[in-house]
Amino acid sequence: MTQLVDYADAVRRFDPVLGIEVHVELGTRTKMFCPAEVSFGGAPNTQTTPVSLGLPGALPVVNGTAVEYAIRIGLALNCQIAESCRFARKNYFYPDVPKNFQTSQYDEPIAFDGWLDVELEDGTIHRVEIERAHMEEDAGKNTHVGGAAGRIHGADYSLVDYNRAGIPLVEIVTKPITGVGDRAPEVARAYVQALRDIFRVLDVSEARMERGNVRADVNLSLRATPDAPLGTRTETKNVNSFRSVERAVRYEVSRQAAILDAGDTVIQETRHWHEDTGITTSGRVKSDAEDYRYFPEPDLVPVEPSREWVEEIRAGLPELPQARRRRLQDEWGYADAEMRDVVNAGALDLIEATIAAGSSPAAARKWWMGELARRAKQDEVELAELSITPAQIGELQGLIDSGRINDKIARQVLDGVLAGEGDPEQVVAARGLEIVSDDGALLSAIDEALAAQPDVVEKVRGGNQGPVGAIIGAVMKSTKGQADAKRVRELVLERIGS
Amino acid sequence: MTDLTRLSAADLAEKLRHREVTSVEATQAYLDRIAAVDGSVHAYLHVNADEALATARDVDARRAAGEELHPLAGVPIAVKDVVVTQGMPSTAGSKILEGWVPPYDATLVEKIREAGLPILGKTNMDEFAMGSSTEHSAYGNTHNPWDLERIPGGSGGGSAAAVAAFTAPLAIGTDTGGSIRQPGAVTGTVGVKPTYGGVSRYGLIALASSLDQAGPVTRTVLDSALLHELIGGHDPRDSTSIPEPLPPLVEAAKQGALGDLSGVKVGVVSQLQGEGYQAGVQTRFEESLDLLRQAGAEVVEVSCPHFEYALAAYYLILPAEASSNLAKFDGMRFGLRVEPEEGPVTAERVMAATRGAGFGDEVKRRVILGTYALSAGYYDAYYGSAQKVRTLIQRDFDEAFAQVDVLVSPTAPTTAFKLGEKLDDPLAMYLNDVATIPANLAGIPGISVPNGLSDDGLPVGFQVLAPAKADDRLYRVGAALESALEKSWGGPLLDRAPELG
Repeated sequence: MTQLVDYADAVRRFDPVLGIEVHVELGTRTKMFCPAEVSFGGAPNTQTTPVSLGLPGALPVVNGTAVEYAIRIGLALNCQIAESCRFARKNYFYPDVPKNFQTSQYDEPIAFDGWLDVELEDGTIHRVEIERAHMEEDAGKNTHVGGAAGRIHGADYSLVDYNRAGIPLVEIVTKPITGVGDRAPEVARAYVQALRDIFRVLDVSEARMERGNVRADVNLSLRATPDAPLGTRTETKNVNSFRSVERAVRYEVSRQAAILDAGDTVIQETRHWHEDTGITTSGRVKSDAEDYRYFPEPDLVPVEPSREWVEEIRAGLPELPQARRRRLQDEWGYADAEMRDVVNAGALDLIEATIAAGSSPAAARKWWMGELARRAKQDEVELAELSITPAQIGELQGLIDSGRINDKIARQVLDGVLAGEGDPEQVVAARGLEIVSDDGALLSAIDEALAAQPDVVEKVRGGNQGPVGAIIGAVMKSTKGQADAKRVRELVLERIGS
Repeated sequence: MTDLTRLSAADLAEKLRHREVTSVEATQAYLDRIAAVDGSVHAYLHVNADEALATARDVDARRAAGEELHPLAGVPIAVKDVVVTQGMPSTAGSKILEGWVPPYDATLVEKIREAGLPILGKTNMDEFAMGSSTEHSAYGNTHNPWDLERIPGGSGGGSAAAVAAFTAPLAIGTDTGGSIRQPGAVTGTVGVKPTYGGVSRYGLIALASSLDQAGPVTRTVLDSALLHELIGGHDPRDSTSIPEPLPPLVEAAKQGALGDLSGVKVGVVSQLQGEGYQAGVQTRFEESLDLLRQAGAEVVEVSCPHFEYALAAYYLILPAEASSNLAKFDGMRFGLRVEPEEGPVTAERVMAATRGAGFGDEVKRRVILGTYALSAGYYDAYYGSAQKVRTLIQRDFDEAFAQVDVLVSPTAPTTAFKLGEKLDDPLAMYLNDVATIPANLAGIPGISVPNGLSDDGLPVGFQVLAPAKADDRLYRVGAALESALEKSWGGPLLDRAPELG
């Protein structure tokens, strides 16, 4: 294998062109073509019917909810929705495909010709053109037993679980993404991330990358200059995290640049992504030898969503992530950079909920991007994984705003909540952290302090207010910091003056 | 007491209803008849005696308790082996499904069970319904009850032979290019291919999804109407099922049997007669036209110019769909599994070995043909062109039905040929279906009514075709013809069949 070309060098001399196919598993109750239940983690082959097992005689029927979800996705991606579209059969023999053909839309996708504006971390926006979004069914899952590392090669035998077979998928295919230059990896990542966010907001999928709900195939080719014809592409399959999408693109850029530098040609092929080593390796060669013999699925009538229905779905679409971010930034008065940091930290939902619980936008941001971010980092968890809720933060901030605790005590309350001692109110009560605002209690503490430091009293009486801090410090100490320092100061001065 | 097996299903149902006979008696009579003659006919692949009798006992008990039952309750029935039946073998005539017992029932079987018809067994057929003689069954030939040296037609030779041999009063067939109607014609029985989508395909082991349709095989037109009404209607599990109720079929058959066809316009398809049709077939056809005229029908000639391409288009569309439908038979999940004799045992090699050993020659021929027709670079020339021809044939029908109410032709160009006669000549075999195939390509309904014996003493059939969803017209015209013919013969045609056993 040729030495890789340094990424920065590669993108100086070559223009990368991306193409991304994202599969999303829809969160429907039942499968694409039969009433078998869809849920995660069932015992193997328990979520099946004669249809999803491909038994002789079984026939598919299209899941109407899956069609609605596909239309939702299409509309969110600014696509046209087909007035009539058919499924096709993609014929190939493989044990995880029970019928030995996959029922998939082919040349008649339900949604086509759309676009999505993708925002990079620095706020740059790149428009990705969407070629199509089409419906299909998932395959079963093979487990290879024996041999090396669960691979089919060298395995003693393989087991197939058809629970996943027939789960509805929507595949979203971009047009060639050009003009991204050295930012290709970032664009690829941001695009997949933006799609994931959209799936969640649309409520069409749990969209959990780690469960394989969202899977990306990354096509990449290089060309000498942006006006040269497209180069030969490779398709890196099943890149299943945002970070991997970015890394896989970088790797392929460096690898293909090395091949081109050596005067060789890139082979059009499927490549496998290796999460552990961060490289891609050759899969099967994709060529004319691969003939899926597509033809229209004769067991299904065309899907013909009425225009009224499409408009009804459009009207019911929720606010999409980008529009929501703009609205919230406006409402909260955050600066661009502040908003980006919030989004990148995954704190948007948390802050929104905290504000809803009564906090000011500034205070909410201060909590989540400050103290809580520090603690999440320290514990190596996501913000949302901290054992504290936005409602609790809202309550905590409310205690500060009403003067019942101060900032310093708030951190102790936070400790208590994180330690599972209950809501902030409960922690304050249990730990006895409420600020002492009873003048009587304060006065006895003050008198004690004054008696202990007669020299300070003298100086203050002499007109020098500087040393009064020593008295306040002593009072705060004796009240374990639970006194309102401002009130203490007023009372001390009053006392000394009298 | 009359021989119960000689009664029509309608007459038997009547006797059951009046409790003149019990379902157990009728079912036992059929089982006895099967035991007596099926050794020489071989219509059945599986006889379901115990369950059939249990169903019969149950129906008798319910009837005795005064329960309201389906009109056909207690009347036994045979089911073509291409239809899946829970707990009963369903091989589709193929070795690759030997021993497979489906875990579910086809929709039409569910309806049959719900209505209380004892299922006598599963009938023989060409493997995966590919053939016109039942000689392509992996389980031996079925013999035509009219002449045991001859074929019973195909692919549904078993169902037709069972009904003709009085080993079943009713049977289920499936018709992809004539597999109900052609066996009906050569065995002197009635066979109906309903409108595509009229009877659920859920649970039919698919041959060609866009052409397959299940339907009745019976001895009378009225019996077909009764069975058609039982098995037909919308099924949400079949997305190509018509979401509308059936037209009144039994009523149409009863009306037709009164013999008055005034106001009915009958079109003779000029492309489906004359050259290539056996002289006796042609003569009986013309005599039947006279009977229709005498009943008051107006008979005119119509042209369907694209029918000459029907056979060619059919033999591209069918193999293409079949090559994909039959891909699931790979030894991975059910049925036969064969490991390669030598070399590594990989999934791909097991699939190849299983398919190599499990499929017969005709199936392999069509799978290879269909795979080729769908291949990149050939798709447009073959599958694509065939679909265009299909559209043109549909248009021919549209234009014809704008002029007439029904179209008619001989059902098959010849009477039953000898077993083995055409086995090595697939093209000659395919020509048997020349008159029946256009209906499948257009999705319209058709019936074959026995209309006499040819010069060789063997039965011939008269085909009536109607527009989609107008199946009732088949029954009206078919019943009118049947009643006129039986009047001229002095009884049913099957009375003239040789005595078996």
